[in-house]
Amino acid sequence: MVSKSREVLLEVKNLRVEFGEGKKKKFTAVDDVSFNIYRGETFGLVGESGSGKTSIGRAIVRINKAADGQILFKGEIISGNIPKQLDREITRKIQMIFQDPMASLNERAKVDYIVSEGLYNLKNYKNEEERRAKVEQALRDVGLLPEFASRFPHEFSGGQRQRIGIARVLVMEPELIIADEPISALDVSIRAQVLNLLSDLQKKKGLTYLFIAHDLAVVRFITDRTAVIHKGKIVELAETERLFENPLHPYTRALLSAIPIPNPRLERNRKIEIYDPACHDYSKNPPFWVEIEPEHFVLANEKELEEYRKKVPGHGI
Amino acid sequence: MHSISREMEEKYINQHPILSAKDVVIKFNLRGHTLTAIREASLDLYEGESLAIVGESGSGKSVFVKSFMGLLDKNGWVDSGTINYKGYDLGKFKTEKEWLRIRGKEIAMVFQDPMTALNPLKTIGKQILEAVELHQGLRGQEAKNTVLEILRDVGISNPMVRYNQYPHEFSGGMRQRVVIAISIACSPRILICDEPTTALDVTIQAQIIQLLKNLQKKYKLTIIYITHDLGVVAKVADRIGVMYAGDIVEIGTSEEVFYNPQHPYTWALLSSLPQLGIKGEPLYSIKGTPPNLFNEIRGDAFAPRNPRALKIDFELRPPYFSVSPTHRAKTWLLDPRAPKVEPPEAIKKLREQWGSECCGK
Repeated sequence: MVSKSREVLLEVKNLRVEFGEGKKKKFTAVDDVSFNIYRGETFGLVGESGSGKTSIGRAIVRINKAADGQILFKGEIISGNIPKQLDREITRKIQMIFQDPMASLNERAKVDYIVSEGLYNLKNYKNEEERRAKVEQALRDVGLLPEFASRFPHEFSGGQRQRIGIARVLVMEPELIIADEPISALDVSIRAQVLNLLSDLQKKKGLTYLFIAHDLAVVRFITDRTAVIHKGKIVELAETERLFENPLHPYTRALLSAIPIPNPRLERNRKIEIYDPACHDYSKNPPFWVEIEPEHFVLANEKELEEYRKKVPGHGI
Repeated sequence: MHSISREMEEKYINQHPILSAKDVVIKFNLRGHTLTAIREASLDLYEGESLAIVGESGSGKSVFVKSFMGLLDKNGWVDSGTINYKGYDLGKFKTEKEWLRIRGKEIAMVFQDPMTALNPLKTIGKQILEAVELHQGLRGQEAKNTVLEILRDVGISNPMVRYNQYPHEFSGGMRQRVVIAISIACSPRILICDEPTTALDVTIQAQIIQLLKNLQKKYKLTIIYITHDLGVVAKVADRIGVMYAGDIVEIGTSEEVFYNPQHPYTWALLSSLPQLGIKGEPLYSIKGTPPNLFNEIRGDAFAPRNPRALKIDFELRPPYFSVSPTHRAKTWLLDPRAPKVEPPEAIKKLREQWGSECCGK
């Protein structure tokens, strides 16, 4: 699946996101984060609440400002001040699916308006007929009936509402979709439906996903590569299976050991690793971002790196 | 053959339940219509066990358990059936005064969201102290010392300082520990944990679960977990009850339900877990949505969503069929006359695990 000739769709370089002003109030939510997303893949971003994963997603869709660093989409800088024309293009090509379908739909608007809102904003349709056709197609794509366009959100269940949220995104014909915890607010039996829908759409339309989540079981199932973020820094990044098989950073290990397994016999004898940031001695040797084996990056200093290399077959790069 | 399950069986057969609910029907009045949230559900709870009730939202798991504490919303009532506890029929309780004998002292509850369960205007020490004074009858320094001990028990370091702090000074995980401390301070026999870890991060989740397990030993608690997370269930539960549309459709020991599930709904629930899915292939998903409880339900409530449903499933409600002395399920598939129906692939794999590991022992 992974080849060297992949096209980089999105590039995040040394991104920093800050909130608040002045020395006392300033809070750095995302600190010096870099990664690439290739066309057609599903890139997972996992971390706990407050780790900055949503801030990264929001920085990419330009809701949060980048305090430092750059974000490039198909090689073009899209962070900071950009021409209006590019801004409109990016708005269309990068779309976001939100977490809670109960909160993210306008209760007073009909589905038709909710799905069309992006179209109205960009006026990228010729006439009313074309707009309707686009809405109808988007609804069909997510497995809803076109008749639903005349209904209000409260008439739908959670799973259907999330489908409306996805239709609203699809109607823009995006290339990159940022899915911010798209299934965590849904019921177990509905989650599988929405996950399958996302995979289907990816295959049919060649979409690229940035999948933000805290549920590692879901991330393992759906993503190709995964980055683990802790307190605003990415601590490890690798192909998903590789990361789950051979986690190096102690935080990744702790996170993986905490995933509940639906298997009572395994679960009873399992030991949870607890991550204590004090295990790093960074006062003299600050950590840096290094590719320890092909496609496997980790945040470590020289001394830790030596340890990690022992765990990598062939002792890494 | 099943050494573990035999042990479990003995544990349950020779015991009287401390709480026993029989054919409970709970109804709600909503906008002039009557909704039947619980449809003749029965449940026995045994001393010292951890029972998990799993089901999706709207299955009635919270409503059912809340009726043990008189916490139903004002428009809801126990329509028929009995809930026996220490000689009382809780289903007949009407006044707050009656409930005060049960609430806290006998049955306490840990709520889902620690952000809203605490009073933001009182120090956490005071909030735990209230419970200690009311339910344990302690006063002054003695009461305070008990609070400090409980704080230590729930894993809050530096309790002397934390005692005088307000909820906003605590993180989510720490707040959940405080909420647990309050319920422990009532020294209850039964602790109900309603989605105790849903609002928390994975790493914190694991810690809270470990904490509850430790407290269960120390305070000899009987715990009911209400959750939709089957991973959490595997970790904590001795027994599992699967709820669908207001009824417990399958109940058994944790191993029985995980490795040898019988009800098609349990099959579907387990198969749709991403942990059991194969990457790149579609995940098993349950079609449709749960039934509308305003309408009367005919037959097996899960039948309309069950691709393997039998004809009788749409007509007659199945009774419980026993699989083992501790394991029973309400599905016609267990009737001797039923045709053999193949479970989904993921379930077959689970069954293999059940067989192989047991025989190895």
